[in-house]
Amino acid sequence: MKWFFFLVAFLPFSLLNAQVKISGKLTDNKGKSISGASIALASTYDGTTTDSTGKFVFFTSEKGSHFLEVTMTGFDSYIKKLVIEAEPIELNISIKELITELNAVVISAGSFEASDKKKTTVLSSLDIVTTAGANADITATLKTLPGTQQVGDMEGLFVRGGTATESKIFIDGNLVNNFYYSSLPGIATRGRFNPFLFKGTVFSSGGYSALYGQALSSALVLESTDLPLKTEASLAISVIGGGGGIQKLAKNKKASWGLTYNYTNLALAFAVIKQKQDFYKIPQYHELDANFRFKTKNGGFVKYYGYGSWNQLGFRAQDIDSSTLQNAFSLQNLNTYQNLNWRENIGNGWKSFVGLSFSTNKDDIKNELQDPNDNKVLITDPAGYALKNFMVKNRAKYAQARVVFEKRLAGINAVRLGADQFYSDEKTIYTLFTGREFTSEVKDNLTAGFAEADFYITKDIAAKLGTRVEYSQIMKSWNAAPRISLAYKFDKTSQVSFAYGIFYQNPETKYLPSLHATLGYAKATHYILQFQRLKNQRTFRTELFYKNYNALYKTEPNSNGLLLAANNGGRGYAKGVEVFWRDKKTIKNLDYWISYSYLDTKRDYLNFPGSRAPNFAATHTASLVLKKFSLPLKTGFNASYNFASGRPYYHLAFDPSKNKYAVKDEGKTINYNSLGFSLNYLPNLGKKESKSFIVWVLSITNVLGQKQVFGYNYASITERKIPITPASKRFVYIGCFLSFGVDRTQDTINNNL
Amino acid sequence: MNNMKKMILFALVLSFVNLAQAQSEKFKSAMKMNISSIDSSYTNPQNLLSLSNSFERIGNAEKSQWLPYYYAALMQLNYGFMQKDMSGGDQYADKASSLLQKADSLVPNNSEISCLKSMIATVRMLVQPQARYMQYGPDIETNLEAAKKQDPSNPRPYYLKGENLKNTPEQFGGGCAAASESLKIAKEKFNSFKPASDLSPNWGAQRVNILISGCK
Repeated sequence: MKWFFFLVAFLPFSLLNAQVKISGKLTDNKGKSISGASIALASTYDGTTTDSTGKFVFFTSEKGSHFLEVTMTGFDSYIKKLVIEAEPIELNISIKELITELNAVVISAGSFEASDKKKTTVLSSLDIVTTAGANADITATLKTLPGTQQVGDMEGLFVRGGTATESKIFIDGNLVNNFYYSSLPGIATRGRFNPFLFKGTVFSSGGYSALYGQALSSALVLESTDLPLKTEASLAISVIGGGGGIQKLAKNKKASWGLTYNYTNLALAFAVIKQKQDFYKIPQYHELDANFRFKTKNGGFVKYYGYGSWNQLGFRAQDIDSSTLQNAFSLQNLNTYQNLNWRENIGNGWKSFVGLSFSTNKDDIKNELQDPNDNKVLITDPAGYALKNFMVKNRAKYAQARVVFEKRLAGINAVRLGADQFYSDEKTIYTLFTGREFTSEVKDNLTAGFAEADFYITKDIAAKLGTRVEYSQIMKSWNAAPRISLAYKFDKTSQVSFAYGIFYQNPETKYLPSLHATLGYAKATHYILQFQRLKNQRTFRTELFYKNYNALYKTEPNSNGLLLAANNGGRGYAKGVEVFWRDKKTIKNLDYWISYSYLDTKRDYLNFPGSRAPNFAATHTASLVLKKFSLPLKTGFNASYNFASGRPYYHLAFDPSKNKYAVKDEGKTINYNSLGFSLNYLPNLGKKESKSFIVWVLSITNVLGQKQVFGYNYASITERKIPITPASKRFVYIGCFLSFGVDRTQDTINNNL
Repeated sequence: MNNMKKMILFALVLSFVNLAQAQSEKFKSAMKMNISSIDSSYTNPQNLLSLSNSFERIGNAEKSQWLPYYYAALMQLNYGFMQKDMSGGDQYADKASSLLQKADSLVPNNSEISCLKSMIATVRMLVQPQARYMQYGPDIETNLEAAKKQDPSNPRPYYLKGENLKNTPEQFGGGCAAASESLKIAKEKFNSFKPASDLSPNWGAQRVNILISGCK
């Protein structure tokens, strides 16, 4: 009796020791076995890891109800209730692969991304500043990528047969109206913004997202940096000026502010490097920028960036209509730009992005006809000479409010909804030689709404669908622009993408008010097919594109001879093929890329008599960019070679008898060739004890002094024709940048490890 | 009958006591078994992940022990470091970091845990050294400095510092000469280092000797 009870009391414990076998096989939803996954009986020590064939087996002494947990990085988690008795358990488990940014296809048709965050990008942020010949100008670097034109006499990006005004630039989602310094006759001005302000750049040569609009060809989307890593002060001295700044990071690393001032004066540079023009007012620029950034309580972030610039210049050149007279042009510009951004988590997986921007631009332009002694002359016969004495005052104000809501759905699927409100007020006061003033003012309120969704059907197939709707007060009508992108990844390294989209744009303000009341939006339709392969630090991509232009603006002269938008009767097309190859691996320590673009484009727009190839479009464009860093010399060597086949040029003259423009002369320029070289020397590299970090920069454009002709200017009165050439054959820049309080060595290691 | 009741009661009490002791014995022996098989795992790195899973199971079952999570994270990192192509390192760093968080919440400000935090940052940096040094460089440093402060007798932060410097090109302030001081201190500290228990972290001494002799 006793022993019986005793045994009963201990029976459960001895039973515990009889082990049960749990085994099975783990596969993904396509039946492929998964190795290395953890199989665990929750809250016990028991479990195992799947072998190379996905099989698992373990023994447990546990009894009763337990949970079997399967975990594997990149896969959905799996939990199953098991009742463990005496019998062995066999399980065949299938788990689903998660779609993550790491393994999913990337929708990349039409776009080049420069970023340090994502693995799939083609360029890094530092590539923007270390490309030779670009002189740390963002858009100059982009001109080494396929799809862009080597235009040296006008600023802006000319993308796939589009004009520079068909490319719009956005900072943190907000449109930047005066991204470049004010236009000068025959000289391409630089971008105003320092490339170090941005951590990410997406350059789209077509088929871009519904989040952006009013650009028929291209969108350049820049993302500004977040908090600086450390507090630092910086100082810069160069042959063209100097500046200083401070970035202060709060102790709690949740907020920062910064201030930078730069002064540029080209007197010294122009004394050494002879300019084609006679600069009687040496170019001078004062620039001040300020920023603050802070993290909010709910993980949001607020950024402010403010910029103000004042500059002036004036130059004389021989007047095109005469061999003795001179044309004197002067410009004063005051520009301000302010951008406030707030991103926030607003609950339920929604994020909000609010952006406000306000900018002003003021140009005072004076043009005079002068005699050889630099005195103003007024020749009224023929009247064309007198018309060269004029003044223009441009006064512009722009404001934008933008809101975007984004929700992440399962996996990396997402929806975005948003709206933009743009306000613009551009006023031009033109003063004739007689003193008579003509004022025109164009105001617009443009409202846009947009929706976009990212669908990942599997990790290998994705679609981005979007629509943008706009209403412009000037146009008094709505437009709706659908955008579709698809991407398919057929193995770990290769993918194809396709993009289709419709894009609308208002006429340039300078062609407004229109001569006739009803103008529609200019329209472009893009079709892009891309193949991309990224493997072992080598990138290959090629794109085929077709762009159809409808309803381009045609201009006609008004009673004063000023060209204004008359109708939407223009049209055109652009088609071509582009290739990009980047290789960081084959040659040790040498990083290079090659781009080639073939472009076939014709358009009938503005005052063109009929359809012809535009004067900014070359058929063949190619670039080679080389970057090499030598550790023993502590120096980075960068070179770039840009080539473009000759561009067409036209002399379009108004024929009053036929009341239209006719081609009086035409031709093709010589091929464009330019070799750029730059060198960065870092003497303090690796010296941990030094408190400052120094970077010396030497940069030379057009090293070989190759002849460059961008087109021809035609005289309006006489029959003269003169080539448009660069202001100087080459430019040499020497500068020294110092920073204190932060080890800039990291920057360099960044770039070259 | 009375006696029998007492006896059963006694037996039951005894069995609970046994159970509790067995529980901690089980923990110790499971941990010891896993720790002892770490060294042999390097020949087949896949075993490091199996070990990590095993440590994680122990951690999840025990809930109040930090060492299983610590070792589970360490196995992920060692596996990450053994990859020829470091570009996939983020997934091991992610896993290690979620494991280490559990250890960190059980024993905050632990010198050994700070060492692993630094190693996580190193793995992440090595994914794309050019682009990521700015971001993770300070993380690597500050965690090693914290580890030195949290336990001045711990040789591992000095060893890791030496290892990092040895692997940095001379022109960037690395190399054998730069690493030698840290390695020397690490060696001294290893000589006098006594792990808190036979389950506590006690690795790296051999590697220091290899690094030092590799620099001669």
